[in-house]
Amino acid sequence: MGVKLLLEKANVPGIRTYDVYRREGGYVTAEKALKEMTMEAIVEEVKKSGLRGRGGAGFPAGMKWSFIAKPEGVPRHLVCNADESEPGTFKDRYLMEFLPHLLIEGLLISSYALGSNDTYIYIRGEYAWVASILEEAIIEATKNGFLGKNILGTGFDCMIHVHRGAGAYICGEETALIESLEGKRGNPRIKPPFPAIQGVWMRPTVVNNVETLAAIVPIIKMGGEAYAKIGVGRSTGTKLISACGNINKPGVYEIDMTISVEDFIYSDEYCGGIANGKKLKACIPGGSSVPILPANLLLKTAKGETRYMNYESLSDGGFATGSMMGSGGFIVLDEDQCIVKHTLTLARFYRHESCGQCSPCREGTGWMEKIIQKIELGKGEISDIDLLWDIQRKIEGNTICPLGDAAAWPVAAAIRHFRDEFEWHIQNRALSQTSNFGLQHYADPIHVPA
Amino acid sequence: MSLQFNNEQMTELKRLVARYPEGKQKSALLPVLHLAQDSFGGWLPTEAMDYVASLLSIEPIEVYEVATFYSMYNLKPVGKFVFEVCQTGPCMISGSDNIIAYIQKQLGILPGETTKDGLFTLKLVECLGACGYAPMMQVGKVYREHLTKEKVDAIIEEYRQQIIAQN
Repeated sequence: MGVKLLLEKANVPGIRTYDVYRREGGYVTAEKALKEMTMEAIVEEVKKSGLRGRGGAGFPAGMKWSFIAKPEGVPRHLVCNADESEPGTFKDRYLMEFLPHLLIEGLLISSYALGSNDTYIYIRGEYAWVASILEEAIIEATKNGFLGKNILGTGFDCMIHVHRGAGAYICGEETALIESLEGKRGNPRIKPPFPAIQGVWMRPTVVNNVETLAAIVPIIKMGGEAYAKIGVGRSTGTKLISACGNINKPGVYEIDMTISVEDFIYSDEYCGGIANGKKLKACIPGGSSVPILPANLLLKTAKGETRYMNYESLSDGGFATGSMMGSGGFIVLDEDQCIVKHTLTLARFYRHESCGQCSPCREGTGWMEKIIQKIELGKGEISDIDLLWDIQRKIEGNTICPLGDAAAWPVAAAIRHFRDEFEWHIQNRALSQTSNFGLQHYADPIHVPA
Repeated sequence: MSLQFNNEQMTELKRLVARYPEGKQKSALLPVLHLAQDSFGGWLPTEAMDYVASLLSIEPIEVYEVATFYSMYNLKPVGKFVFEVCQTGPCMISGSDNIIAYIQKQLGILPGETTKDGLFTLKLVECLGACGYAPMMQVGKVYREHLTKEKVDAIIEEYRQQIIAQN
């Protein structure tokens, strides 16, 4: 069993309520932080912990906090990004649904450290029942003196507000989220200015993911240095992985980032192996935006070394032979899955979610969907593969926000690693409508040059 | 007829607006549109959007541009129960195609359509964050997960019974 810092108490009956959470040691860390620590000391601990943003980008959280501007007389805000919408990702939902007070406690400590008296949780609109759970937890915490005015007699005021979105993946991007929180379309802003200088209502703002903010509790409880000792290298602490697709045990798992990808997929403690006795064909290890890898490159790096479930190892080899930790949305595809069809669903997703501000993304995502659909329907030409490659290359890096990259990468990786499956579809138009390319060589051992 | 919130809905409106700083009442637009949609039959006619604009002291166009951007706002009438079935990658590899085809057959409608009795609307949607519990759909404020043909039949029956019980 690995170390559990976030989900340790997830199975305690009634942990969703204040009373049980408190009985299990909840809010003790918040008391320590507010009564015994300065704002600066908390930021320092978070820096020492090496905690990296758990939303997908992996930016060091302590550093992000240290950027916040503190102009005289201007309120600052902490915003919790609960707009979890990256296909394959459902970890934040789990955390909020089962451990709402852990998030509230993390938000309280973080709000104190940043000087935010009004903190917002921006939650995706579809998680309506989760929003209700959070509202309930906020009422309980307020009744017990952990939110509201003069918390624990320290003179610190803090209120947490739940703001429901209304269905837009783009609002997970922090400046789009801020626009949406202001009651506008979720069009990302041009940076700079960064939110830390001018965020919501032009006030200094920090936007952090749910899991990042929940992790503040164990960090302050055990100290940043102790937290940094868990894990390996720059992948410190624990990470929630939401595993889905063709596996025996889909679900949310907390890992300490020293486990190998192979153990994560096949051990009974985690995914429990591929469902229905099938073979592993491919996997997207960090949410739909990160590159898909064939089985052989997933389990081993191009150098033939074991690949581990951490930031560095998953990205070993760059995009040529590696992928990314991303949001921890771990999507497993078995030997019966068609990469062309799967890529089509992702291309459609990004076309649907493009906000339309930047032409390369607005137009490019539409063209990618159309071309992949044409191939999927058995009407493709070989030249379409190069056309797809060309379009994705012209989107990447040419947009205001990372949605363009997120749309380009899955298509690029599918072509990079599964080009022969695309070619097979085009060369076997009729056959591709009734049968499947299958596993082929995708799980074969990689040839490592001596 | 003229659309208006009742007293209870007005109280909720005030609670929503109070979350944001003075003068930033436009921030309440998304939650207030949810409230309007829930209060006015599951969709947002122009009249409802204009009403929301007047309540928040903003221009109607500011409401239209938001209502047309977010996928959860319905700009056309929908059935009493809207089946929003996820079709993105993780659900697709877990069999959502079969579920979508089955729902179409059982309800006799295509995606985007509403049954003649006005009870059910079928919508295909993108990832709802339930990938580990696929295939799935959202109906109103709840998620129906691990769908099978049997489960779909039971769900349809459950909602039909609900309506019969109400009448």
